Amino acid sequence: MNSAVSSTLPAPLHIALVGNPNCGKTALFNRLTGSRQKVANYAGVTVERKEGALQLASGRLVRVLDLPGAYSLNATSPDEAITRDVCLGQRAGEQRPDLLVCVVDATNLRLHLRFVLELAQLGLPMLVSLNMMDSAARRGIRIDREQLQSRLGMPVIETIAIRKDGAQSLLTALEGQTVTPPPALAPEADLHAAVRDLLAATVSVPRRTAEIDDALDRWVLHPVVGMLILASVMFLMFQAVFSWAGPFQDAIETGIGATGGFISEHLPDGMLRSLLVDGIIAGTGSVLVFLPQILLLFLFILCLEESGYLPRAAFLLDRAMLASGLSGRAFIPLLSSFACAIPGIMATRSIQHPRDRLLTIMVAPLMTCSARLPVYALLIGAFVPERTVLGYVGLQGLVLFGLYLLGILTALIVAWIVKRFGSGHTEAALLMELPSWRLPNPRDIFIGLVERASIFIKRVGGIILALSILLWFLASFPAPPADWHGTAIEYSYAGHIGRAMQVFFAPIGFNWQICVALIPGLAAREVAVSGLATVYAIGGGQDAAASQLAPLIAAQWSLGTGLALLAWYIYAPQCLSTLAVIRRETGSWRMVGISLVYLFALAWIAAFIAFHIGGLLS
Amino acid sequence: MNLSLLKRGARATVETVDSSHASDAIAQRLREIGFVSGEQVSVLAFGPLGADTIAVQIGFTRFALRRSEAARVRVSLQSA
Repeated sequence: MNSAVSSTLPAPLHIALVGNPNCGKTALFNRLTGSRQKVANYAGVTVERKEGALQLASGRLVRVLDLPGAYSLNATSPDEAITRDVCLGQRAGEQRPDLLVCVVDATNLRLHLRFVLELAQLGLPMLVSLNMMDSAARRGIRIDREQLQSRLGMPVIETIAIRKDGAQSLLTALEGQTVTPPPALAPEADLHAAVRDLLAATVSVPRRTAEIDDALDRWVLHPVVGMLILASVMFLMFQAVFSWAGPFQDAIETGIGATGGFISEHLPDGMLRSLLVDGIIAGTGSVLVFLPQILLLFLFILCLEESGYLPRAAFLLDRAMLASGLSGRAFIPLLSSFACAIPGIMATRSIQHPRDRLLTIMVAPLMTCSARLPVYALLIGAFVPERTVLGYVGLQGLVLFGLYLLGILTALIVAWIVKRFGSGHTEAALLMELPSWRLPNPRDIFIGLVERASIFIKRVGGIILALSILLWFLASFPAPPADWHGTAIEYSYAGHIGRAMQVFFAPIGFNWQICVALIPGLAAREVAVSGLATVYAIGGGQDAAASQLAPLIAAQWSLGTGLALLAWYIYAPQCLSTLAVIRRETGSWRMVGISLVYLFALAWIAAFIAFHIGGLLS
Repeated sequence: MNLSLLKRGARATVETVDSSHASDAIAQRLREIGFVSGEQVSVLAFGPLGADTIAVQIGFTRFALRRSEAARVRVSLQSA
């Protein structure tokens, strides 16, 4: 768009998508704005703010705000409070939308129309988007759109967010049209009664439920079969992360090895070559290798999220989690923590009860995040033999599963202890919607994966690169004097720091190289791997590239040391960004301190035990 | 009769939601999501370990509730 044209156009239109949770709002948002999205946080709170832009055929710019899903303006969570405040125009720094696009699931009108009527009382121009019209048609639900439109007194359009041209009617409706606020019911009106009247007059539903929901829920929610399904899904997820990622990882490894080799050949031996090969390529490359595993993990989590399975898993686990002091609602934040504790901790905002929320935040770092995966993968690859047990099950995958399981068990025990000795109990709600089953939409999954991949690659390019260079520097300087008879790295800053730390870490079997790698591992856990790669690349001579790290440590470390480091990372004192997000979410340094100390203590004790078990085994 | 006492597969009609105290947010939310007089509700499933969680269908929507939440919903059983 050139600027001469844009100056003659009307001002950008600000619209907000608002609706109940599970109305397909985010899919519609993706459909409207594609990749032109900006994801950030609302100032002062950690509710995700998603904004995007689109251009109408007339050239007019539309800014689209995707508000958090809400059941009512009577907010019970920080999410819903944002939606309420933006709709009321009471959110500082946020323009009140020119138009509310109220997204409703056409198969769930009984619930969603009530919120439409509540929003209609705000006096803002409104438009209703009947979303998921395809599912409605499949279920034989017939909606008299024109009748609904005239009864509501606002435009009602049909959308199918998952179809390519499915938002066309919405774009047409936005074009040029000036919408006036709909007539509102009296403030004290019975909205439920009004919805019933609307439904009776405009909608015919052959069956209250979708057959597929009945069929699946019969088994998925079953107390025994459902638990077996849950266990299988989780197990499959972790097996897949380990076994499916292999070929992709090999390809990346080969590429990194080739790059390092190419530079080694074409650069003269010296500082620059050492920095590039030992510092940058060994450092970032050893982490980049784990991108396939991390994406696979996210693929599973996104699919589970989209399909509607997660709340059902929470339903099954609520009782067990309640026994330990958590609630079923904590399941979703905790599962997200397997990807990364940061979104996980942020997702705890859907837990209304402050004490439950605090507890969930405290144990979230015990869920094995994807940044720990590189560390586990390296160590398991080096110390666990690659063979199958019981015919089909890979031993390495099994060990990985065990590490995840240990984290979970510890979380339950910690929660139980805190609850046991904590303050008294007040009632918290479960009250969770079990949305209709849905086939995950490839496009939405893809957008989610690209988002994750770019975050990871930015980390590799940013903090991991910076730390790799810093570590290379510490490990290369000062150069030893001519009469030094050890390796150069032992004389360097890193060598000194590592040996100083040994006082604390020798009892759990860590050598000074591990100690050095632990320091950058505090900033981001996966850097521990690149740290090791750098330390060994410099200390071990020219050809210790990232791909040879595993056989190298397998040869040099005892089994006890390998197991101790694995155990250390189950509880690993968290990365600094996790601490920062705990501080922001809880507003308390005390919580940060408590988390830090208890995780450190657990890590040390676990590593101590693992070291001695390893000593007995070998 | 209240919702927490129904058996699996039972169908009932909601009479009202009782607040357990003056500003009972849970009761308020239950009313908002459709637990209002005259609505049909059916019990789909119970969770494992003591059946403390209940999956119910209300209107076109399914919800997971705890027994203590369901106990706020007064219902009358439908015959057949």
